[in-house]
Formats: sequence, C-alpha cells, structure tokens
Amino acid sequence: MRAPNKKSSIAITILSILISFSLLAGCGSSGVQTNSSGSGAAKGPVTLLNVSYDPTRELYQAYNEAFSKYWKEKTGQDVTIQQSHGGSGSQARTVIDGNEADVVTLALAYDIDSINKNKELINKEWQKRLPNNSTPYTSTIVFLVRKGNPKNIKDWDDLVKAGIQVITPNPKTSGGARWNYLAAWGYALRNNNNDQQKAKEFVKALFENVPVLDSGARGATTTFVERGLGDVLVAWENEAFLSINELGKDKFEIVVPSVSILAEPPVSVVDSVVDKKGTREVAEAYLEYLYSDEGQEIAAKNYYRPRNENIAKKYSQQFPQITLFTIDEEFGGWTKAQQEHFADGGVFDQIYVKK
Amino acid sequence: MAGSIPLKTKYSNEINARKKPSGDSKLVRIVLIAIAVLFFVIMLLVPLISVFVKAFEQGTKVYLAAISDPIALSAIKLTLLTIAIVVPVNTIFGIIAAWAVSKFKFKGKNILITIIDLPFAISPVVAGLIFVLLFSTSHGLLAPVLNELGLKIIFAPPGIILATLFVTLPFVARELIPLMESQGTAEEEAALTLGASGFKTFWLITLPNIKWALLYGIMLTAARAAGEFGAVSVVSGHIRGLTNTVPLHVEILYNEYKFSAAFAVASLLTVIAIINLIIKNISDWKISQQFK
Repeated sequence: MRAPNKKSSIAITILSILISFSLLAGCGSSGVQTNSSGSGAAKGPVTLLNVSYDPTRELYQAYNEAFSKYWKEKTGQDVTIQQSHGGSGSQARTVIDGNEADVVTLALAYDIDSINKNKELINKEWQKRLPNNSTPYTSTIVFLVRKGNPKNIKDWDDLVKAGIQVITPNPKTSGGARWNYLAAWGYALRNNNNDQQKAKEFVKALFENVPVLDSGARGATTTFVERGLGDVLVAWENEAFLSINELGKDKFEIVVPSVSILAEPPVSVVDSVVDKKGTREVAEAYLEYLYSDEGQEIAAKNYYRPRNENIAKKYSQQFPQITLFTIDEEFGGWTKAQQEHFADGGVFDQIYVKK
Repeated sequence: MAGSIPLKTKYSNEINARKKPSGDSKLVRIVLIAIAVLFFVIMLLVPLISVFVKAFEQGTKVYLAAISDPIALSAIKLTLLTIAIVVPVNTIFGIIAAWAVSKFKFKGKNILITIIDLPFAISPVVAGLIFVLLFSTSHGLLAPVLNELGLKIIFAPPGIILATLFVTLPFVARELIPLMESQGTAEEEAALTLGASGFKTFWLITLPNIKWALLYGIMLTAARAAGEFGAVSVVSGHIRGLTNTVPLHVEILYNEYKFSAAFAVASLLTVIAIINLIIKNISDWKISQQFK
C-alpha cells in the first residue's frame, strides 16, 4: 500500500477539483442572470426573441443586423435579437409551453393562431394589425431535382409516378410541408374539375412515394442534399434557391411546376410577452421595418418574394413566373384547411396511415 | 453429434496442454481479433478522424473562427456551466448513494438501485418532456408557483442544467457500487474500532479505495453532460446565444450548410471524448493495481 501522505494528496486534488467546479458554477450562474435580465427600460439595451420557422435562418440573420443598426440610429437604444428556428408547428409549441418570444415569424397563419390554444397570448385580430394579412413577404413551392433532371420531373403528376422518391417534411410539424401538401392538392383539383375525391387519391399516391418524413423543412433539405435520398425535394422556393447557392449549381436544379400555391408566412408580436417584458414598442417596430424598402430588399436577396411592388420589380428576374392560387381561394382559409386536412383523424392521417 | 466425438478426443490433449478454456483454434482467434480490430477501425477510428479532417478542411482560420464566434462561445460557456454544476452535484449524490447501497443493509435497497438506473432506461426525449410538463409556465404542474416568483426554468439555462442532471445521475453511483460492494466494510470497520471518526474513516480509508473509479465516474458524467442532445433539445427552445449548448450548436451549423464550422465545434466534443478514454485506461489500470 501507499504512504498515507500520498493518499491525502490525491484526496486533496479531487476535493480541489470539486471546489473549483462549484466556484465556476457560481460565477457562471451570476453571469447568466445578468444576461437574461435585459428587460426593456426605455433607454437601456433591449433583447428581443424572434421564434421563427426553419428556412428563415439566413433571412433573419441579415435582417436583425439591419434592424439593430436602424433602431440604434433612430432611438439610440441597443437592441439584440435572439433567433430560434425549427419546424413551424414545433416552434409554436415551444411558445405555448412558455418560450417567451417577443415576436413570432412562422410559416403559416394557423400556427400563430394555435399559440392561443390554451390561453390568449396573442390578440385574436393579430392578422389585421400589419399590411397584407401580416405577411411582409411571400414564397411558393417548387421542386429541387438532381442535376440534369435524370427522372425527367416536370410537374406535379410526375411525383406520383411509380419509382419516384419524393422528399417532403411532415405536415404535422412543418409549415412548409403543409404548403407542399396543399399545393399538390390544389393542382389535382384544377386538373380534375374540382373533384375532391380525385385530389385525395392524387395526394395519397404522392405520399406513397415519400420514404421519410422529416420534422422540418431544413431537415428535409438535408436529407435530400446531404444524405442523397430521393429524386425530388418539394420545397420552399427560397430553400431551393439557397441549397443551390450553398452547395453548387452543378449538383441540383430547380423545376417550376405549372401551378403552385402562394405561401404567406405571417408575423406577429406576442402580446402577453411584450407587455410583460415592456418591449412592445421595439417589437412592433421590428416587424414594421420588414415592410420598409431595406427590409423588403433583404427579403428579396434571401429569395423571399417581396410585397413592395417596386422592390418586386427590381428582383423580378430572380423569381420564375408561376400561376399561384391562394389558400383562401382553394381551401377557404387556414382554419378550415387545418381542420379538414391536418387535424387528428383528418385527411392526412387517413391517407398516410392507410399506406 | 456422432462425427464430433472423435474430433474432440483427437484434439483434447493439445487443448489441455495449452490450458485454454475456450478451446479455440488459432484460426478462430485470428479471425475474431481481426473482426474486432476491423470493426473498431470502421466504426470508431474512421469517423473520429473524419471529424477532424472535415473540421480543418477549410484551414485553421475557418476552424478558429468557428470556435471563437460569439454564438459558439456562448454555447461553450453554457456547456461548461452545465458541467460545472452537474458534475459536483451528481458526484456527491453518487458517493452517498453508492455508500448507502454497498455498506448498509436496509429495506428497499434493490428499489433504490433500480431507481438510480431509471435515467438510463428512459429515453432522453421523454426526460426532457417530463421537465416541460413540470415547468412550463403556461400549463406545467408548477406553473402557478413559477409565475408567482417570476422564474423561468425551461427555455432557459436552469432547464438545461436540470435535464442534464437527470440524464447523468446514474454514472458516478454506477461506477462506485460494484467496487464498493466488492471491497466490503472490513477496512472501515477496522478504522472505526481503532477510534477513527466517521468522516476520518471516509477520508482516509474509503475515498482512497474508490478514487480511480470515482474519477472515471466523474469523467463519464462530464462527457455525457457535455454531449447530451435529446433531453436538452426538448427544454432548450433553441435560442441562439442563450440556450444553445455545444451539441445543439453543432446541429444548427450543420443545418446552415456550414459543415466545416459544424465539425470544428464537434471536434471540441471529440477531444473531451478522447481525454475521457485516456482517463478510463489509467483508472482501469490503477484499479487493477489496487487489487494486486
């Protein structure tokens, strides 16, 4: 056995490690407290949390920088915007569970409505508070295929052919996936004299070609692009452009279908949070500035279709011409579409379970 | 069967001579070792190396930029903070639990051992959801208390620390229990009979006996605390610069097509894993020395 002094020296080492760990813990926790207590007295620095959906990461990274600069110049106040991204439905879920978002910028109006499920966190009339149904930019659904389009995919009917693997995320959790689904449904209606039964069969056939359902749009893109799964990715237009730019034009190309849906991702202030934190003024300005020329340009540069006509004209080369239908025209609005198609036991459950 | 009997008698002398209990032929031995080595190389070594290759793919500049980015730094800080709290708490709990289980006899001992293992049995996602159900400020069981006090647990660092605490709870206790049980209570009893106080007995007898197993338990706890993804992902809310830990940050970078940056940050976790392995080897060796 060892000499006793050696024993105790080892014991002391272990003890000192433990003590230094707990000291570290003390410093760290106080640091975090000062961070999170950046609540909004008028002139002090302020922190906003923007809970957003999956593909807007790059858009809001650029926009946050621009807005911080604008706000500093206008009011002299420092504003830091924290971002959180994920599937639109799951992001709404975290806000319901108590994630204190000052603003939500989600993929579709229904997800913002659903935040009020348990108790009213957002004013019911939120969609009337900002122009264009509170959607400062729009997008649509296109296809991303591998270079040279080896499976010769031209339009929605090519997606239901045997042997084609389609990548799209899960409509239960992903806003983009719901737009994908409704775009396919709308196409089928238009080609079958509005026969709902035929449309259902069409979408069912499409989902039979889906090998994997990711929970968010970015996950689906990674599945298609990185893991090399599938022949075609049904994706947000901005997401398709981004993957081509990030990963090389020599690997993928965009196919524009004959008709698609006008996707309107809306934004809103979360009233209960901004009133509690005292950040209403800056949070509202944050969303309003999305409609400014600078905000619209940033949207266009990130491949979102701007609402402002002048900016839209300036970037018209960038966006392909597609016949777009709206959710109100074909489905009678989000609440109805959600109930019919995506609620538990809805059409999606029927066609996906009966696989 | 009939055919195998003569075979057995033919080789049995040789086997006895070598005193090899399994009776494997040389060929089987080589094949087994080859498979083990090959499996190790393909499943562990190649991925490990590829992390570093990918991390340095665009040069050291990109690597350093990725790990010194403010959001990455805040993720590293949060992970270190989590380790700094989780490791001491679970170490102290682990020693107490292992002590209770191995040195005393009491009713419900087996139930206690089972409960210590619970975090191993539960999927981390479920562990995370448990904390959402408890601490959600809108519908959690403790919501009234939290709102009254203005506390935020989930979607804030405390939730991440709690979830990690839960997931890493068994490691220290699990390392110590078998060792302490095999050592028995003889040495402690001797010390106590000779008049040592309880604390002195622990400090001079028990702790030196378990120190290497304890160290390894601590390392495992630290490694898991640094690497935990599932439970933390559920309670995090993914707020950049505030509730992102290193593993969550790696996923974000990967999903943003910043592959080199993602692997640069991932390589930090890999370094922790390697240090961990080295300490495991040392502690295994020390424990075996102890028993000689």
